[in-house]
Amino acid sequence: MANGSEARAAPAQDLAIVGLTQRYGAVTAISNINLDIKGGELVSLLGPSGCGKTTLLKAIAGFVRQTEGNIVIGGQIVDALPPNRRTVGIVFQNYALFPHMTVAANIAYGLDVRGLNRSEKASRVDEMLALVKMEAFAGRYPRELSGGQQQRIAIARAMAVKPSILLLDEPFSALDKNLRLDMQIEVKRIQRLAGITTILVTHDQEEALSMSDRVAVLSNGSLEQFAPPTEIYDAPSSLFVNTFVGSANVLPGAVVGQDAGEILVRLDAGETVRARRPVNEIGSGARVSVCLRPENIVVTADGSEGLPGFIEMGLPLGATIVHEVRMADGTSLKISTPRADFSPLASGTPIRLKVTALANVFPLA
Amino acid sequence: MTTTGKMEDAIGYPLRLALPLFAFFLVFFAVPLLILVWMSLHSAPDSADVGFSQYVKFLGDEFSMGVLVSTLWVGVEATLLSLLLGFPLAWAFTKSPGWLRSALMLVILMPLLTSVVVRTFAWIVILGRQGIVNETLISLGLINTPLRLLYTEGGLVVALAQVLLPLMVLPLITALSRIDSNLSDASFALGGGHWRTFFKVTVPLSLPGVMAGCLLTYAAAVTAFITQSLVGGGQKLFMPMYIYQQATSLLDWPFAAAISIIFLGAVLTVVWLFNRLGRLSQGFARA
Repeated sequence: MANGSEARAAPAQDLAIVGLTQRYGAVTAISNINLDIKGGELVSLLGPSGCGKTTLLKAIAGFVRQTEGNIVIGGQIVDALPPNRRTVGIVFQNYALFPHMTVAANIAYGLDVRGLNRSEKASRVDEMLALVKMEAFAGRYPRELSGGQQQRIAIARAMAVKPSILLLDEPFSALDKNLRLDMQIEVKRIQRLAGITTILVTHDQEEALSMSDRVAVLSNGSLEQFAPPTEIYDAPSSLFVNTFVGSANVLPGAVVGQDAGEILVRLDAGETVRARRPVNEIGSGARVSVCLRPENIVVTADGSEGLPGFIEMGLPLGATIVHEVRMADGTSLKISTPRADFSPLASGTPIRLKVTALANVFPLA
Repeated sequence: MTTTGKMEDAIGYPLRLALPLFAFFLVFFAVPLLILVWMSLHSAPDSADVGFSQYVKFLGDEFSMGVLVSTLWVGVEATLLSLLLGFPLAWAFTKSPGWLRSALMLVILMPLLTSVVVRTFAWIVILGRQGIVNETLISLGLINTPLRLLYTEGGLVVALAQVLLPLMVLPLITALSRIDSNLSDASFALGGGHWRTFFKVTVPLSLPGVMAGCLLTYAAAVTAFITQSLVGGGQKLFMPMYIYQQATSLLDWPFAAAISIIFLGAVLTVVWLFNRLGRLSQGFARA
């Protein structure tokens, strides 16, 4: 057990969430969630506050006992196990380091429970400090560390006991923007190195998309979509996912025809666009919401064809420029262009727009 | 407000506003204390000699020293009992749902809402020869003759602990509710059971509250003139009553003043020791 290299080679455990439902009185926090997570995978639970992602995390950790369904870790149903017997490591949003203990004592806390002797414990603590590159801080107290350092220690503490699953509860929300990116890379590195099955709870879509192998999008306690990040972004399964992940222009339109694997949609604002064939068939003539990503709309060079409109305003946002465009029928949409290609257009400039990628359509609610 | 100093910026209001309170303390606390010190230096009520003869008299007198030690000791006992009773109560309070909290808070504050005299007389009723405890024990057949509970040190300690419980419980509640609930969850997730979590996380982090509660309770216990006199009875003499007797019955004001100063010094020393102990004990949580 004291063998350092063994820890990293510990076999990653699968995690299965089967028909999980949690009710608080009359309120259903999560309903019938099913997730199959492979060993070593990093999966994000993404959703707005109140979507049930934290409840799901607490159920996996064992802090709440679900109303229905099962949690299966490595093939074993753990529903009846209290949190201290589930071997689930958790990193809290505020890190929750024990303020009265040094960094080394914090990391050793879980090892004491497991009855390791002094030298085993010391070598495990050193190994964890090396993993998070904090060797020089063993004797410090949490209050003497920066936010990023505290987070590294929180991860080291959770990993020290060789948990089968690592849970990260909004771990980056307390960090400032620059540090956040560094820590995201760092966490991803540690997670890969340890090969541990990891669940990341977040409301930050960029974080979810950039870090995860797969993303589970939750809304109002239900699972909306569970897929790899690119699929979530390019082929969202619902209007909610389309608008919550990335930004989207939602325009009214109607289905006018079918084409191999695609459908044709006539926008009310004029112009026909091609769209991805939805999972549930939508017949011709049906009214739909058409979602267009801002980066998939361009201003045509010659200005003779495409959707007519006027520039409302242009916002240079670092690497891109976002233009707000008012269409002929009064609706407005956002388009985003790499700044290298373009300089901001003056308000009132008449333009024509072309859609460069498949749109996504959803039946009108 | 235009001529504000740095101090005023820091505290947000003009220091002038504190002047009435300062004057009040000066007239009714600092000055009387100085008068007391001056009085204690007289060798006799009507003598003009100034010296430490009263202090020498007290410190050299076995009876007086005995009164001092037993007073300080009763305070320690009452404080420890109060902590023993108060900690679970405060802990239960912080773990309770809202409606139960309100009920518990009422129970905790109740003693503060009744006069000390009333509360102490209640203890006389409970501990007396025909009191509730003795009657119950006799009717259960556990004892044949009533136990002597009233006018004993044990009875006094119990009564003091109950009467002063709010002073212990309120700081404990404050300290316990300040502890981040994620910390105990973190302990559970790391494999710690309820006992380990309690002793390794909850107790060490509640020490500031334990210290504050002990200091308040101790200071109140050693000076609890009414409870000491009524429940302790005439059997055992404690410092507050000793001072009272010297001052009002024997009219030996210089000696009473000297006892008061010694008592003040002794209590402050115990308080200081408590503080030292608290600082040391914070180290035990370190692995």
